[in-house]
Amino acid sequence: MTDTATPVDNGVDVDFLQKARGILTEQPEAADFKWRVSNTWVKGTHSRSTVKDFFGLGAEQTHKSEFHFEGDHPQVFSAEDEGATPVESLLASLAGCLTAGVAAVAQNRGIQLRSVEATLEGDMDIRGILGVDPDVRNGFSQIKVTYNIDADATPDEKKALVAQSQKRSAVYDAITNPTRVIVDVI
Amino acid sequence: MRQVTTVIVGAGQTGLAMSRCLTERSVDHVVLERGEIANSWRTGRWDSLRLLTPNWQSRLPGYSYQGDEPGGFMTMPEVIDYLSHYAATIDAPVEEHTEVSSVRQLADDFVVTTSAGEWRARTVVVASGPYHAAEVPSFAASLPPGVTAVTPADYRNPDQLDEGGVLVVGAAATGVQLADEIQRSGRPVTLAVGGHVRVPRVYRGMDIMWWLDAAGILDERYDEVDDVVRARHLASFQLVGSPNGLTVDLNYLQDIGVRIVGRLGGITDDGTAQFSGSLPNPCALADLKLGRLLDTLDEWATSRGLDREIEAAMRPVATRVPPLPPLLLPLGSGEIKTVIWATGYRPEYPWLEVPVLDGKGRVRHDGGITPVPGLYLMSATFLRRRRSTFIDGAGDDARELSAHLVDFLGEKANVR
Repeated sequence: MTDTATPVDNGVDVDFLQKARGILTEQPEAADFKWRVSNTWVKGTHSRSTVKDFFGLGAEQTHKSEFHFEGDHPQVFSAEDEGATPVESLLASLAGCLTAGVAAVAQNRGIQLRSVEATLEGDMDIRGILGVDPDVRNGFSQIKVTYNIDADATPDEKKALVAQSQKRSAVYDAITNPTRVIVDVI
Repeated sequence: MRQVTTVIVGAGQTGLAMSRCLTERSVDHVVLERGEIANSWRTGRWDSLRLLTPNWQSRLPGYSYQGDEPGGFMTMPEVIDYLSHYAATIDAPVEEHTEVSSVRQLADDFVVTTSAGEWRARTVVVASGPYHAAEVPSFAASLPPGVTAVTPADYRNPDQLDEGGVLVVGAAATGVQLADEIQRSGRPVTLAVGGHVRVPRVYRGMDIMWWLDAAGILDERYDEVDDVVRARHLASFQLVGSPNGLTVDLNYLQDIGVRIVGRLGGITDDGTAQFSGSLPNPCALADLKLGRLLDTLDEWATSRGLDREIEAAMRPVATRVPPLPPLLLPLGSGEIKTVIWATGYRPEYPWLEVPVLDGKGRVRHDGGITPVPGLYLMSATFLRRRRSTFIDGAGDDARELSAHLVDFLGEKANVR
């Protein structure tokens, strides 16, 4: 924690988040969000995902601009490598979620961040996805996330930031816990 | 219909403490008890259960422990005796075997319908306790055949369980206590661990509850803490009221052979338990939180000049997290015979026909004062301060809420 006169500013509007908590306690229906992605096959293993609209706070919402994500596989898979491998995008999503949480928790706790770096590594035995061995799962066997944080905080305070961020992270929850997935074809 | 100024629903510690405070303030009242005094302590408790707080720490208005083991922990029969003796000492107007079936508003009053007639009261105090029904996850119904589900309300001792493995879900006080005695009974225990609160039974030679009491932590008020919702939903301390000072943390449980796994996230259609891969995080959170608590206690001890009088400061070793805890466990394979849902309790108020319940069926309240004037809540986790969770907290809550109640009666009288 910092006692300096300079106000802590990690660029997170914690006051807004606190107000939102109050409002959503009274109006839980406004908390129902739907996040959407559309995806189009390009060629080979290359596809493009687009993010534009979502639903929340009782209304349709639109991002400031459209975001695109290329998905492909690397040349060692004899693919064109036009974009990140989807499993890498998953790691990127996890990092984006956890780091946002670190910033928000730090702001809430009055900790000024100077830099936050994370590296992520997911272990995978690709015999699963290739169907070589039915006992090997397709997904990651383990994901390792390593944070390196420069901030006005003790080592334990930094650990607590990262721990609290995991506790409140949507992507961390989605990866570590079962999620019902329904895939339809129309 | 009988008339009374205040009806108190429930003759446990909170109802009795309120009775004593109302008597002091000359408010005529009755305490309606569906069973006998200390009813919740008589039913739905396992055989080995003792209070988590030492004997000296069950202070009630005008009453305290007078026995020769102030550092001991009461068994359930001892708690029942303690509270029954309190009721007699304060001459509480308890009507036993009087089950409340409805409380509703009528003009400025309340009508309380019971199995033994009706009461009309100007004020009602709900003191029926926070533990009515075991909270089980929505997927509890998916257990495969051959696996017996048990809640802490049904559990008495390990002998009632089939031989074979036991999955204990939840690592608060109940979960760790049951995991301990069931593992020691020879049934291999798997313990599913989510968010939990780790504390040592004894720290620097003193009981942890002494520390929390002396350092003022139990006096933290509901309107002073950062996040009262979170504070009220914290898991109970991983404690057992053990005569030998045992600490039942996850390291101890692993030492005696308990297998720890992540939070139970779901059960698949084919009966496979899915455990969260997040196990290291709740363990890290609990260790960090414990470290902060012990820092606070050490600073307090230093500020009071106690460092030479008590043992030296130390830190428990970090929670050992197994490197590869299983994520999946087929429950139908025969390894697991019993699942124990140590996933908490919730209060139920099917008789409360006054619009004070929130969407989750809990009484809305501000430190026990409900939005309906004249209706009070006395028993809830962290009602007005951390101490409220324990018998020892009933006194302060009753003193403050009885003062509010008397002010309310005064205003009501002036309006009339």
